[in-house]
Amino acid sequence: MVSQQLRPAPQESPASHAAPRGSRSVPVLLLKVLVLAVVISTVVALTPALVAAERWGFLVFFWVLVLLVVAVYATRRAIPLKYLLPGAVLLFSFVVYPVISTFQVSLTNLGDGTRATREEATAQILGASVVQAPDAPRYNLSVATTGSPSAGPYAFLLVDPATGEASVGTDEGLEPLPDATVTDGFVTAADGYELLTPVQVNDASAQLADLTVPVDGGAIRQLGIRQAFLGSTPLVYDEDAETITNTDTGAVYAPTLQGDREYYVSADGQRLSDQSWAADVGLANYVRAFTDARILSDFLGTFGWTLVFATLSVATTFALGTVLAIVLNDRRVRGQKVYRSVLLLPYAIPSFISLLLWSGFWNTDFGLINDLTGLSVNWFGGETTAKVAVILTNLWLGFPYMFLVVTGALQAIPEDLKEAAGLDGAGGFTGFRTITFPLLLIPTAPLLVASFAFNFNNFNTIFLLTGGGPFTPDNPTAGGTDLLISYTIRLAFGASGAQFGFASAIAVLLFILTGVVAALQFRLTRRLEDVI
Amino acid sequence: MTSQELRAGTPTAPGHLAAPGGDGPPAPSAPPTAYRMSRGRWWREVGWRHVVGLAAVAFAVFPVLYIVSAAFNPLGSVVSTDLVPRQLSLVNFQALFTDPSRPFGRWMLNTLVVCTSVTLIQVTCSAFAAYAFSRFRFRGRRGGLLALLLIQMFPQILATIALFLLFTDLGEVIPAIGLNTLAGYVLVMCGNAFAQVWLIKGFFDSIPASLDEAATVDGAGHATIFFRILLPLLVPILAVTSLLAFVGVISEFLIASIFLREAGVRTVAVGLWSVIENDRSNNLGLFAAGALLTAIPVVLLFQYLQRFIVGGITAGGVKG
Repeated sequence: MVSQQLRPAPQESPASHAAPRGSRSVPVLLLKVLVLAVVISTVVALTPALVAAERWGFLVFFWVLVLLVVAVYATRRAIPLKYLLPGAVLLFSFVVYPVISTFQVSLTNLGDGTRATREEATAQILGASVVQAPDAPRYNLSVATTGSPSAGPYAFLLVDPATGEASVGTDEGLEPLPDATVTDGFVTAADGYELLTPVQVNDASAQLADLTVPVDGGAIRQLGIRQAFLGSTPLVYDEDAETITNTDTGAVYAPTLQGDREYYVSADGQRLSDQSWAADVGLANYVRAFTDARILSDFLGTFGWTLVFATLSVATTFALGTVLAIVLNDRRVRGQKVYRSVLLLPYAIPSFISLLLWSGFWNTDFGLINDLTGLSVNWFGGETTAKVAVILTNLWLGFPYMFLVVTGALQAIPEDLKEAAGLDGAGGFTGFRTITFPLLLIPTAPLLVASFAFNFNNFNTIFLLTGGGPFTPDNPTAGGTDLLISYTIRLAFGASGAQFGFASAIAVLLFILTGVVAALQFRLTRRLEDVI
Repeated sequence: MTSQELRAGTPTAPGHLAAPGGDGPPAPSAPPTAYRMSRGRWWREVGWRHVVGLAAVAFAVFPVLYIVSAAFNPLGSVVSTDLVPRQLSLVNFQALFTDPSRPFGRWMLNTLVVCTSVTLIQVTCSAFAAYAFSRFRFRGRRGGLLALLLIQMFPQILATIALFLLFTDLGEVIPAIGLNTLAGYVLVMCGNAFAQVWLIKGFFDSIPASLDEAATVDGAGHATIFFRILLPLLVPILAVTSLLAFVGVISEFLIASIFLREAGVRTVAVGLWSVIENDRSNNLGLFAAGALLTAIPVVLLFQYLQRFIVGGITAGGVKG
């Protein structure tokens, strides 16, 4: 809750007069040394891998982190920072940076088929064009992984039968592997690699078929479970011109923009490959969002329902919670504690459980709702009934919170105020409307706005209940109960293919809208502060 | 208690966190009126309240009844399940732990590991920060507090795409924290490390600073004051914030479903969702059994901490 927290802390700064001293106790010192040692040694251990992968951004981040940790904890200065740094680093890394990064991604065409950089895509195109000549050299192959056997990343551990030398091939290239254990002409163990069993190799065959190890004048590819071959390709990449030439036909392919993606295209318009790569597209994603009539109407329609959903969620839960609180908050009503304990249940049960349960309740044929009411409504089949179902479910989830909050607020209203109102003849509903309700709103209004903000991005309720549906056959991207957040997530991770760049642009717009809600929240709480 | 006290996380004393605790004012066992009410008057003034209350109880409880009934129904299908169980059996619970394709025990363990680590880290970081914001005056203090408030209005799931791409990249160089690892998922969830700062700070502010001063005079450093003197006083608020953090992570679904794709690393939320998605009509019993095992400890904790929670949520704590 905001209002009071914006004020200065109640006892302004006596603590700051007493000069804080550094800590000299042994356990604290030990803890300090331990933390410093762990952080530094972890980063030192990570550095070679980061350098090898040329992940300069990560490298800089980790070393700045080390400098920060040393500066803050190895010295006696900056005492508040000693307490703030751990959380601040986490907050920055996994909230603030991703937000900035979302904006960056929204300026690209990143998505399925464009995850690779242009260098990687070029290597893949060249690798895929490798063909096996009749006299191509062969290698003895053991497939290994540095990650997991089912997901990779994979590496070819190769032994040249002619020389008996072991090497490791990845999509980066071929490197010698001097410390590998070679038995019967095959690598059987190597530090840092887990060897796959034949069954695992078989399971990963699709990914392994795509793995090509670029070498001069060709590439090494898999040939069955135990063998690999060195093949050659007619394609040659010209690094200066950034073009690919087919030496057999003489055709030159240059990067060309088609739609929102770049491909290698020849002068007569032939695509060399459907392989594309990540490219900056400027504001194209935003332009698309605002000019494509279909997307604009999806966006506006979803936004409208998001507002309605958040408003109705707050209004219904607050109304029911208030009614219950007023009815039950009477000292003559016995068993209030029992009521409160039972009414707490929907709030206490983890929400994903309730939502999955409720999604079954609305089933047409066997759902509990139709069963109990004798109806046979296909709730999730129509847009309006689905919306009603969503709101009612959210009411069940949310009313206990409002009930508890309003009960607390009611009990905080001085009894003599109500009595005075009664003496003035303002009994019953008038007394409630003019005296009690305004007094209730003061402490609860900020919570209502917070609840609105929460429901504005309430992904779980929509996704676990309706999945965003119902969908019309001609529009699989925006459903009848979709909120902006579930719509965005479907664009990014949905079945119809990832569109990270475009989805990020929508996410940025959603950030802005959330910011407007947040600003309202700030203003409202400030104004309330003035009222009190 | 004035309305002001309700408004923010500045309870005057630990006990006051319990805003509407107990049965209201020291409830006189007899009605305050001197004479006994007639039956008619009792119905008009009190009885109808129980009617409304019981209706609300029925509304709140029927899904709970249904899930209990489904969990103990040996047939386990939607068609065969009613609000009141006709047969009692534990086959659903047994099935949960015997099918290796849906390792429920593993999911429980994963969830426990994730929730415990995130809760520990979140509450520790928040308590540290709350101490700094409450007890020290430094440049950027007010700005920092406002920034925290602002950042928290943007839910982390808005940045899911960027987080996914970040951990795809990270996983390539540090596989131990990549996608499909619990460690990576825990790290993401720890982005909310400061979620409880305001709540705990309010509590800190209510502890008289004279306590710290006395300790400083006795030669205690800032760490000693925090760990030895203030921390023991914080226990009630730490309990509430821990519970809120824990439950928030238990119900986190979106990022878990994108990060934890392999069956062995799933959390209960993603696991039970996959059980339901696979076969909605026949897996109800399994789902209900798993849901019960997950919900019971949480619900018991909520009941146990009830009077603290009420104070916590009125002060702005939000459960996921």
